[in-house]
Amino acid sequence: MSDAPDPRPRPAATGPIGKSPAVKSPAVKFEPWHDPAAKPYIRIEKVTKRFGDFTAVDNVSLSIYRGEFFSLLGGSGSGKTTLLRMLAGFEQPTEGRIFIDGVDMAGIPPYDRPVNMMFQSYALFPHMTVENNVAFGLRQDGVPKDEIRTRVAEMLELVKLTPFAKRKPHQLSGGQRQRVALARSLVKKPKLLLLDEPLGALDKRLREQTQFELVNIQEKLGVTFVVVTHDQEEAMTMSTRIAVMDHGAIAQVGTPTEIYEYPNSRFTAEFIGSVNMFEGNIVESEPDHSLIRSAEAGCDLYVTHAAHLAAGSHCWVAIRPEKVSITKEKPAEADGGRNVTRGVVREIAYLGDISIYQIDLASGKRVRATAPNVTRRTELPITWDDEVWLSWRPFAGVVLTD
Amino acid sequence: MPPPTAAAPQPSPALPPVAPRTVKDRVLRVTRRLGLTGRGGVILGPYAWLVLFFFIPFLIVLKISVAEPAVGIPPFTKLIEWVDGGLDVHIRFSGFQALFDDDLYLLAYLNSLKIAFVSTLCCLFIGYPMAYAIATAPEKRRGPLLMLIILPFWTSFLIRVYAWMSILKDEGLLNNLLLSLGIIHEPLKILYTDLAVYIGITYSYLPFMILPLYATLEKMDHTLLEAAADLGARPWKSFLTITLPLSLPGIVAGSLLVFIPAVGEFVIPSLLGGSDTLMIGRELWNLFFNSRDWPSASAVAIALLAFLVGPIMIFQHFQGRDQDKGAA
Ligand SMILES: Nc1ncnc2c1ncn2[C@@H]1O[C@H](COP(=O)(O)OP(=O)(O)O)[C@@H](O)[C@H]1O
Ligand SMILES: [Mg+2]
Repeated sequence: MSDAPDPRPRPAATGPIGKSPAVKSPAVKFEPWHDPAAKPYIRIEKVTKRFGDFTAVDNVSLSIYRGEFFSLLGGSGSGKTTLLRMLAGFEQPTEGRIFIDGVDMAGIPPYDRPVNMMFQSYALFPHMTVENNVAFGLRQDGVPKDEIRTRVAEMLELVKLTPFAKRKPHQLSGGQRQRVALARSLVKKPKLLLLDEPLGALDKRLREQTQFELVNIQEKLGVTFVVVTHDQEEAMTMSTRIAVMDHGAIAQVGTPTEIYEYPNSRFTAEFIGSVNMFEGNIVESEPDHSLIRSAEAGCDLYVTHAAHLAAGSHCWVAIRPEKVSITKEKPAEADGGRNVTRGVVREIAYLGDISIYQIDLASGKRVRATAPNVTRRTELPITWDDEVWLSWRPFAGVVLTD
Repeated sequence: MPPPTAAAPQPSPALPPVAPRTVKDRVLRVTRRLGLTGRGGVILGPYAWLVLFFFIPFLIVLKISVAEPAVGIPPFTKLIEWVDGGLDVHIRFSGFQALFDDDLYLLAYLNSLKIAFVSTLCCLFIGYPMAYAIATAPEKRRGPLLMLIILPFWTSFLIRVYAWMSILKDEGLLNNLLLSLGIIHEPLKILYTDLAVYIGITYSYLPFMILPLYATLEKMDHTLLEAAADLGARPWKSFLTITLPLSLPGIVAGSLLVFIPAVGEFVIPSLLGGSDTLMIGRELWNLFFNSRDWPSASAVAIALLAFLVGPIMIFQHFQGRDQDKGAA
């Protein structure tokens, strides 16, 4: 199961944020957030959480829909865990309200919420066997003994821990503990599962394998997942949507593609993946295109979307490294010197499948470009200190303000 | 045996940064020549202590217990004597005989066990909530609270017991207070009863219950309780299923620390108890100092030890087995 490709139907690039995709294929798309009739399962309304005079979560509003695999992504200390703990009921919002399934959660203690949480540290009960850890939640609800036994067995089967049922947590490996924690939080069939850095303690290989297992389990059980992570790759792989958090506030919410291709701020653009930022000023601002003059880039940047800025305004253009092509000859399609510039190759990192080039422009700006290694390394046409042309297509750039 | 460097005693941090290696090496060379590894040296300390202050005195007491009372100093017969060009070994069991002849001793043992047991329970029921409250208090308040628990040790134990006498006596603090509040009309007879002994022992040994309990409760992972709540357990249920089982080592340690000395307690029953408060420590004292029957007194002491050590060894055996199972 771990080697299966992610079966989730991915929404395609949907155009500038907020607009529906031009072509819809309703048979596979899961996009309740575009459906005005869909009722959100979780509604977070203007929630703020302060510890003393420190604001950990700052005026957050979010809607999360049933069946979503929703990620809260942000650096350490950005308030992800605090937001999750408010959903679980361990912290009360200082301001704002949280609704789960239409019910206001204010004052409802954790043990009365239709929510289960998988803790960052797993928080397995050290004095109980794997089996009893998993059965704990069912016992609290007074589920009959026979049913407990079958449901625990099913759950252990699902996370492949049946042979370890009689062990204590300290007799398990990190990956096995993580599965016990998952089984324990899923056995009550919660409608909503909160996961705080569920893969944080696992090594890289195990993480990648477990990412797919998590997605599979989530789809099999139809549970809504809200996952906290600081790993953007992990969030991109697993999520239906991502909320990027910065200093307690939401910087952007969107599908992985939206977040990657259409970041709405320098913060998101730089937080997710790597990006080249060119500083410049708007020359033309039309509904279907924008033209930006950038001394840093050494050329005019033509972008096929509206900047929503007045001519003359200061702005940034973000261009992803894989969208920059690198050639020794001046590209033929270069039109009027737009989106084309020159530089000198300073560094090349060979990663096997791709190579990363660091190119210094005349302005001193260092640009990153990646290219797949279609030919063998030994025949590499571009090498250190070569003068090269950099170019990109008009759709590649995204205009951002500070 | 592990390589000696691995478990060598740590050099004192006050030494300059370069010196420790050479000093340590020299110490190691010497100890190794003596057949001692660092680890052995560390263990040696407690062993030497045990031999010096427990095992040797125990042998002396054992020796006295098989002698016969005699008039003189010391007041018992010699174990081995040079008589007519031969060694005479005198081993008599009259001391132990007395234990069975007079059921006073059996009653005193049983009563001591009862008083120690009840007092241990009282300490547990009073001490657990206190330890829990301290362990869950804000971190900066825990230190001062613990200080308050330890503070009574700064006054002599004897003085604190005398203080209880003046609290509990007929015209004492407690009776005066209750009389003036109109709750009672006759002074309560508490001093010189078993009740006073329970109060005295519970009061005196309470810190020995609280400290180990605090130690286990304090290091308990708070997220376990959150996890329990998350899985639907109400606070009381979380306490019973998570906190209580996880604090069991503290409960056991605290109970042993209270129970064992309480069984042999002598001062508290002598000062607070009535003439009919039978406790083995008191009988022991009487035998030594009133009857000057050292062999019988030693026999009582050895029987008491056997009484206490037996159950503890059995307990430890089971606990050790549990841990082995856990680590397998
Ligand atoms: N109980 C608390 N008391 C005080 N500050 C807290 C508390 N919990 C979290 N914080 C602070 O809130 C901020 C956000 O924490 P957290 O939500 O854990 O971040 P993240 O999970 O994104 O790393 C941090 O700066 C942290 O120090
Ligand atoms: Mg966190």
